[in-house]
Amino acid sequence: MAATAFSASKFTQSFSLNSTRSVDRPPLFPASHPLKTTPSSFLGSTRKLSLSSPSSSTSRRRRRRPSRSPAVVAVSEVVKEKKSKSNVSLSNPLITNEEGLELYEDMVLGRSFEDMCAQMYYRGKMFGFVHLYNGQEAVSTGFIKLLKQEDCVVSTYRDHVHALSKGVPARAVMSELFGKTTGCCRGQGGSMHMFSKEHNLLGGFAFIGEGIPVATGAAFTSKYRREVLKEADCDHVTLAFFGDGTCNNGQFFECLNMAALWKLPIVFVVENNLWAIGMSHLRATSDPEIWKKGPAFGMPGVHVDGMDVLKVREVAKEAIGRARRGEGPTLVECETYRFRGHSLADPDELRDPAEKARYASRDPISALKKYMFENNLASEAELKAIDKKIDELVEDAVEFADESPLPARSQLLENVFADPRGFGIGPDGRYRCEDPKFTEGTAQV
Amino acid sequence: MAAMLHTIGVASPVASGGVFPDHQSNKFAVSSLHSLPVIRSEARSNLSSLHESYRAGKLIAKAVATKGENAAASGASKPGHELLLFEALREGLEEEMERDPRVCVMGEDVGHYGGSYKVTKGLAPKFGDLRVLDTPIAENSFTGMGIGAAMTGLRPVIEGMNMGFLLLAFNQISDNCGMLHYTSGGQFTIPAVIRGPGGVGRQLGAEHSQRLESYFQSIPGIQLVACSTPYNAKGLMKAAIRSENPVVLFEHVLLYNLKERIPDEEYVLNLEEAEMVRPGEHVTILTYSRMRYHVMQAVKTLVNKGYDPEVIDIRSLKPFDLYTIGNSVKKTHRVLIVEECMRTGGIGASLTAAINENFHDYLDAQIICLSSQDVPTPYAGTLEEWTLVQPPQIVAAVEQLCQ
Repeated sequence: MAATAFSASKFTQSFSLNSTRSVDRPPLFPASHPLKTTPSSFLGSTRKLSLSSPSSSTSRRRRRRPSRSPAVVAVSEVVKEKKSKSNVSLSNPLITNEEGLELYEDMVLGRSFEDMCAQMYYRGKMFGFVHLYNGQEAVSTGFIKLLKQEDCVVSTYRDHVHALSKGVPARAVMSELFGKTTGCCRGQGGSMHMFSKEHNLLGGFAFIGEGIPVATGAAFTSKYRREVLKEADCDHVTLAFFGDGTCNNGQFFECLNMAALWKLPIVFVVENNLWAIGMSHLRATSDPEIWKKGPAFGMPGVHVDGMDVLKVREVAKEAIGRARRGEGPTLVECETYRFRGHSLADPDELRDPAEKARYASRDPISALKKYMFENNLASEAELKAIDKKIDELVEDAVEFADESPLPARSQLLENVFADPRGFGIGPDGRYRCEDPKFTEGTAQV
Repeated sequence: MAAMLHTIGVASPVASGGVFPDHQSNKFAVSSLHSLPVIRSEARSNLSSLHESYRAGKLIAKAVATKGENAAASGASKPGHELLLFEALREGLEEEMERDPRVCVMGEDVGHYGGSYKVTKGLAPKFGDLRVLDTPIAENSFTGMGIGAAMTGLRPVIEGMNMGFLLLAFNQISDNCGMLHYTSGGQFTIPAVIRGPGGVGRQLGAEHSQRLESYFQSIPGIQLVACSTPYNAKGLMKAAIRSENPVVLFEHVLLYNLKERIPDEEYVLNLEEAEMVRPGEHVTILTYSRMRYHVMQAVKTLVNKGYDPEVIDIRSLKPFDLYTIGNSVKKTHRVLIVEECMRTGGIGASLTAAINENFHDYLDAQIICLSSQDVPTPYAGTLEEWTLVQPPQIVAAVEQLCQ
C-alpha cells in the first residue's frame, strides 16, 4: 500500500495540539450513536442535552490508539472492512481504472486551466481579481465527481475548478473570464461569479460566507420537494465549498445550525488551506480545528487530508450518502494548500517557503499518478494521453474565448429584472416608468 | 394582465372618476384624465364609493360633502367582505399558497406563533411546519436561504419581523437577491418576496421605528412596493408572490388594523402601478403608506378652504409609476410629495429628481417634498410626533404651492 504518499503531515510546528492525523479522528457517527436523532415529524431538535460531549471524548481516546490504515477515514462498516483488507493487499485498490482516469483527468484539467488563467492574466486578457485553485484540486475532484447533474454546488470566488468539475465546459468558463458574451454568465459575472443553471452551479460568490445560506436554501428546496411536493425520489444534495476564513463568519455558524436543525441534505466542505490572504488560520481562530464545530451543532465533523483525492473521495461518499439518505448535514474539513498566492495580485510573501515546499511534495496529482502506477491502474501512456488531451482542450478554450465577441451595448440593461414584462406596460404599450434607461427587459441566455 | 386592466377600465368610464364624484363630477366631465381607463383599473369601480365611505368612516371624516346617492345606488346587500389589513395580507398569502404549492413562508415566529403581527396566523397548522417555517434568529442566513430556495425553484415569502431587522440581511438582499439574476447572465430567477412592517409606530423607540425604504432603493434588481389599504395590501401581496422579480413589500406597523371591505372575487394588482386616491385639479400630492392618511386628513381641511388637490398613492417605490404621475403633473403643474422616509436620500428625494428630469417643462412651481426629520425616531411621544409630517404642514405646503 502506498502509505507514504497519503499519510497526513503535521501542521506547522508552532501548533501545540497533537498531530492532526486524519486517521485519528472518528469522523462519522456509527449508526448506533447516541446523538443520532430519531426521525420525527417535529421540525426541530429532538436531542436531549447531555453534559459530556461524546464526540470530543471519543476523539481524545482514539488519538492514543495505534494508527489504523492511513489511507481512509470513514467509519461506515462497509468501508472499514474494505480498508482493513486493503491494508494487507495491494490487489484491492480503492478505485477502478476508469474512475482513476476520470479523477486524474479532472485534476489535470483543473491544474492546466488555472495555469492557463495565470498566463492569460499576465498577458492582459483577463482582469480584476482572479483566484486560482492550484494545489486544491483533490477537494473539488474528490467531492464533485460523486455528484449527479441535479445536485447543486455552491462555491466562493475560487470557483473555476468547481465549475469545471461540475461539468461547465472549459470554453464557457474561459470566455466568462475574458468577459465575452459566450461565457457561462454572458460575461456579466466574471471570475468570481460562475453560474450554471444546466449544471446546477449556484455560484461563485465574492463575499465569503455569502454562498453558504444560498446552499442551505438549495438543500431546503430538496427537502421541501421531497416532503411537501411529495417528489419521493428527490434526493438532491448540495455541496457548499468555502475556506478557513469563512469558518469565523456568522453566516457559517447560522447555517450550520439551520442545516442540522432541519436535517437538510447538505455537506459543508471546508477547504482549509491555512491562509486567508495573509492571515494565517492559526492567528485568526480561537480553536483552529474546524471539524470540531460540526458536533457543536449536532452534525458529524470530519477531518480529512485534502491533498489526497482518494481519501477525500471516501469521506465524500459517506457524507453525500448521509445527505441523500436524509440523515442530515456533515461538516468536512479538508486540510489542503494553495500553491499560488491568494489571487494573481497577491505577492505571497508571508508564507514560509518550507511550508510551501512541504505541501508541494504532496501534490495531489503526482500522488494520484503514483498510486495508479503502483496499483497498475493506468499506464504512463494513458496518463500522457490525458495530459495531451487536456492541453488541447485548454488551448481550444482560449482560442474560443479569444474569438468570441465582446458584449454589445444592448446587453447592459438586459436581465436586470426577470419579469419579461419589464416594468408594468401601461395602457399605451410603453413602460410605465417611461425611463428606457432603467431596464430593457430580459433576454434568453 | 394588461388586457384585464384595459377591459375593466373601458367598461366603466364614468366610475373612473367615481371616488369622490359629488362636487367633482362636473369637473370630471371636462378632465382629460377621465377618459383614460388606467385610473380605476383595479376592478373596484362598483365598490369604489363604498370603499371610500367605509374607510373614511373608520379613519377620517369624509373629504367631500356626501355620498348618500352613491351608497344607495350600489345596492342593498353590500358585496365583498370586511376585514383588517393584516387579515387581507393573510388572505392574499393563503390564496397564493393554495394556488401554488411552491409558495412557502419563512421568518421568525411565523409558524406556531402566527406571526408577530398575526399575518401568518393559522397558516402553519394548515400547511405544515415546512411550508410556514419558523426560523432561528439569523436574518442574514435565512434570507440567504430563501434566496437559495428561490433560485432552485421555490417561491419563498421571507418575513422580517420588523423591516429594521432586515438590515442584518442587507448583504443577502443586496448582493444575492438583487444581483444574482444579472450576474448569472439571466440564468437564475429569484422570485422571492421580502416583507415586513416598518415605519414609525407608537413610541417604539429608534430601532423599531426605522423608515428605511430608501436604503433598499438603490439596489439594482429588486422591486419595492408599499401597501396602504387592505385592498391594495392583498392585491400587492398576490402580485408580489406571482412576480418573477424579487419584491420587497413594505407594510406599516400602524396600518395593520385598518378595516375595509374588499371584493370576494380574486384580484391581483399591478405592482408598478400607482393608485389614484382622489382626483383633483390644483395640485398633485404624491404619497405612500401611512402618510396617505395624513394627506387625506389634510385634504379635508384643504377642500374646506377651496383647494382641489389630486392625491396619488404611489405604491410602487421602485420603479416609480411615472405614467400616472406624469399625467397628473401635466394636469396640475404643481407637485407636493409627502413621505415618511427621511429627507436625506429618501424616496421623495429620488422622486423629486425623477419628476424634475422627466416633467420639468410641465411644472409651474418647484416641487415641495415633505419628509420626516433626519433623526433617529425619539421615544417621547411629542418628539416622535414632530419627527413625522403632520397634516397642518401639508396644508401649509399646498397653500404655499398654490399661491
